[in-house]
This record gives sequence, structure tokens and C-alpha cells, in this order.
Amino acid sequence: MQYKKVYVAVELLVRTDGSVRPQYMIWEDGTSYPIDRVLHITPAASLKVGGRGIRYTVVIGGRERHLFEENGRWFVEARQS
Amino acid sequence: MDRTILHCDMNNFFASVECMMDPSLKKHPIAVCGNVEERHGIVLAKNESAKKCGVKTGEALWQAKQKCPGLVAVPPHYDEYVRMSRLARQIYGRYTELVEPFGLDECWLDLTAGLRFIGTGDHIANELRQTMREELGLTISVGVSFNKVFAKLGSDMKKPDAVTFIPQESFREKIWHLPASELLGVGQKTAKKLESWGIRTIGDLARHSEDSLVRILGKNGAMLRRFANGEDRSPVLAESDFPPAKSVGHGITTLADLTEDEEVWRVMLELCQEIGHRLYSLGQKAGGVSVTVKDKDLHTKQWQGPLCPSVGSPYLIAQKAFSLYQSGYDRKKPIRAVAVTAIQLLPKNAPDQLDIFSQGDDTLRRERLEGAIEALRERFGERILRNACLLHNPKMPGEHPPVCLPPAIR
Repeated sequence: MQYKKVYVAVELLVRTDGSVRPQYMIWEDGTSYPIDRVLHITPAASLKVGGRGIRYTVVIGGRERHLFEENGRWFVEARQS
Repeated sequence: MDRTILHCDMNNFFASVECMMDPSLKKHPIAVCGNVEERHGIVLAKNESAKKCGVKTGEALWQAKQKCPGLVAVPPHYDEYVRMSRLARQIYGRYTELVEPFGLDECWLDLTAGLRFIGTGDHIANELRQTMREELGLTISVGVSFNKVFAKLGSDMKKPDAVTFIPQESFREKIWHLPASELLGVGQKTAKKLESWGIRTIGDLARHSEDSLVRILGKNGAMLRRFANGEDRSPVLAESDFPPAKSVGHGITTLADLTEDEEVWRVMLELCQEIGHRLYSLGQKAGGVSVTVKDKDLHTKQWQGPLCPSVGSPYLIAQKAFSLYQSGYDRKKPIRAVAVTAIQLLPKNAPDQLDIFSQGDDTLRRERLEGAIEALRERFGERILRNACLLHNPKMPGEHPPVCLPPAIR
């Protein structure tokens, strides 16, 4: 399977202690997807599409996905059609 | 007490970072190369498949491409390498505060103090390997041993992504059969000299008499013999324990060969701007200057001389460097590269012995002026104030026009 790096817009909740939680992911076409849960947060590299940063393992529409924050920008590992 | 030292070496560091940022490069042989137009087109790093084709670090890109026709040349991203190196050190710092960097991609870790709480040396080495792969997407080779020299040797023995343990009880069986050139401190020339005396392996070096090694290599001979016998006691230094810098230098390969003295002066003055800035931030001044020039046939010449009184001013350092060059260079061949180094560094406020002829007032006035320039640069950026002769120097690389932001976001 081929993957590509897709930068996405993300709506964040910044808590009073400074921690950050992504709330919505906005896809390239403008569709907004609510993030149901954040399962895990860890520094990690994306071996599929390259780059590294903080990896958020999130549940979107019942599916587990990785959302990366890399130097202030957010990206996902998207399957290439 | 036995120590547990780890040496972590990030495999093909620059090339691995490039592949991590763009995984599509992984399937090609790649070489990280400087800019050919700026005459920096040498191989800085290569990945495993380029290595298999015989590509070597330091050779020209055209030579590398002859050996490996499918070679992909990638420009370096130095900021990214520095960032990854810093992140790697943060990961090492989770285990011990004694982390001694050796270049951007290598570090020694002394785990002796905390070992009983965190596990054995090779267990931690494997954990580090896994963490580096997961968090940074890079592989490391780790050497585990009881001193720094053998830990370094261990990290070179198995590559990539591996751990090598050299225990105190059996280091002779494990490493004495290896060529002497594998040992830290034995370069090409030393290896050749040792070879001419029949010393080929680390074991030969360890068994050779100290007196005879001192005769061959000077005091380094005794040091290398100690290394080979596992008697290296040098401590792993935390960054805060580092001795202060002994010199501050800056060098450059110009875009085109320098044929006139005037051009050499401008390059030296430009180089000294950076040196002066670094001396200023370190709170030091220079007691001497060293100049190195490389002519177009790649022959290098070097001169050095004292600065009396010692100064931190870029202009005065450049002036001394230029006078050393003028009195030493025969000007028969155009110059390809110039480097200036401020040596014999002293604290800025260290007293100076003036001689009867020196014009201390002039130096002081100049130093005050340079101090004011530094303060302006600190506040408004390094290009706010420059020597007029340094503007539009077509032979200096990296002379880009300043970016002017629109007023709304300035």
C-alpha cells in the first residue's frame, strides 16, 4: 500500500495547564471530522510518509488513525488511490 | 568499580535523516552533497546502498556518480540534523546526565551510577535502539563496554542497528585480532607507521613494549598502548563539564578563486565578523591568530602570530590575519579557500601587558565601537550594520539579498 503525507487543519482545545487536545480534523476538501477519542500521545517518526513529531493516536468515525504534529503543522498518513 | 559506558552512533546520520523526512528516497542510493555551483560538491554522507556501490564520504560528486550511476544527490538540511541530534541527546538524557557528544551523531553515555535502578548495559542499549527507531525513525549502533575507547570500538563493529558488548573479562579474545586502525586515535598515517614496525592488530599494539611505541609515535604511543590494554580511564563529561573553547575559527571555499589581495582582505574581514560575534558571546578575546589558505591546486599553507594586546574586535583580528597572509604567501597561485582562527583565547577582562610602542587607546576605542555594533546586531539582526566593502561580494557564498517583509507583518 502506498501512502502520502497530507497536511490537515486541526481544531484544538488548549487546556489551562497548556496541554493540547485535537477536537476536529478538517480534510483538504473542507469536511470537518470530529475526533472521538485520543488514545495515546507519544513522540514518534512516521515510517510511512516521513517526518517526525508528536503522534496522536485518535479515533475518528470508529477507526484508529495517527495524527502527527510536526513543528506546529499537522499531518496524517493518507492512502494513495 | 567497573564502569558501564555506552557509545551510540547514529547510522549514516545525514542520509538517514533525509530518508526519514522523505521515505521515497529509501529505495535509491543517495548521497548528501554540498552545492556544486558553490564548489562544495563533495559527498557528506551516503546511505547503505550507495556505500555498497563504493561511494565514499569526502569524494567529489562526479566521482561518486561514476561509481554509482543511479546515485541521487540530496542537498543537506543542517538545521534538521542539529534538531535530530538534540532530540537524540534528550532521549539519552532519560537514562543518565553524563552524555558526552562526539560530533552531531555520536555520544558516550556513562550509566554506571544508575545501572542498578534501570537494568543492564545491553538491555538499555537495546531499549535505546528501539526508542530511536520509534521516536526519530533513525537507527543506531551501540557499543557497550567498561571504557570509552572500547565502547566506541564496539559501536563500529556491527552496523547498522545493532548492539556490541565488549566485557572486561573477555575483551582480549573479542578485539585483539582486529586491525590496529580500528582503535580510536589510530588514523591512516599512524596505522601505516605501525604497520612498518609489524604492528598490525590491536593485540600487537597491546603486547608491544611501551618504550618502543613512544620512540615510534611519541607520547601517543603510550596512550594507544593503554587503550589497547583496556586502561582508558577518561571520564564521560556532561555538557556542563566541557572545558571552554580553545579557539574560534571560520573558513570558507569561495565561489571563484581569489586572485587579488583586495579580495582576500574582504573574505578575511567577512570571516572575522562571525569570529568576533562568537568571541563576544563567549565573553573572550584572542591572544593570537592563525590563517590557513588553500590554493587552486589544493595545497594548504598556514601561519600564526600573536595579537598584542589581545583583542576581540573582528577588524583587528582580520588585520592581523591579512598581515600574516601578506608576509607569508607568494601569490603565485589563486586561492580557493581561506580560514581564520582566533587562538590563545582569554577572558574579555583579562589584563594585558602593553609594550612601550602599542597604542592601547586605539584598541580600546575600536573595541568600544565593535561592542556598540554587536549590541545593534543583537537587537536588529546581524545584517543591520556591515562594513561597506563587504556588500555585494560576488565570490562569497550565501550572499542573498535580505528579505523585506510587507509592513503589515513586519
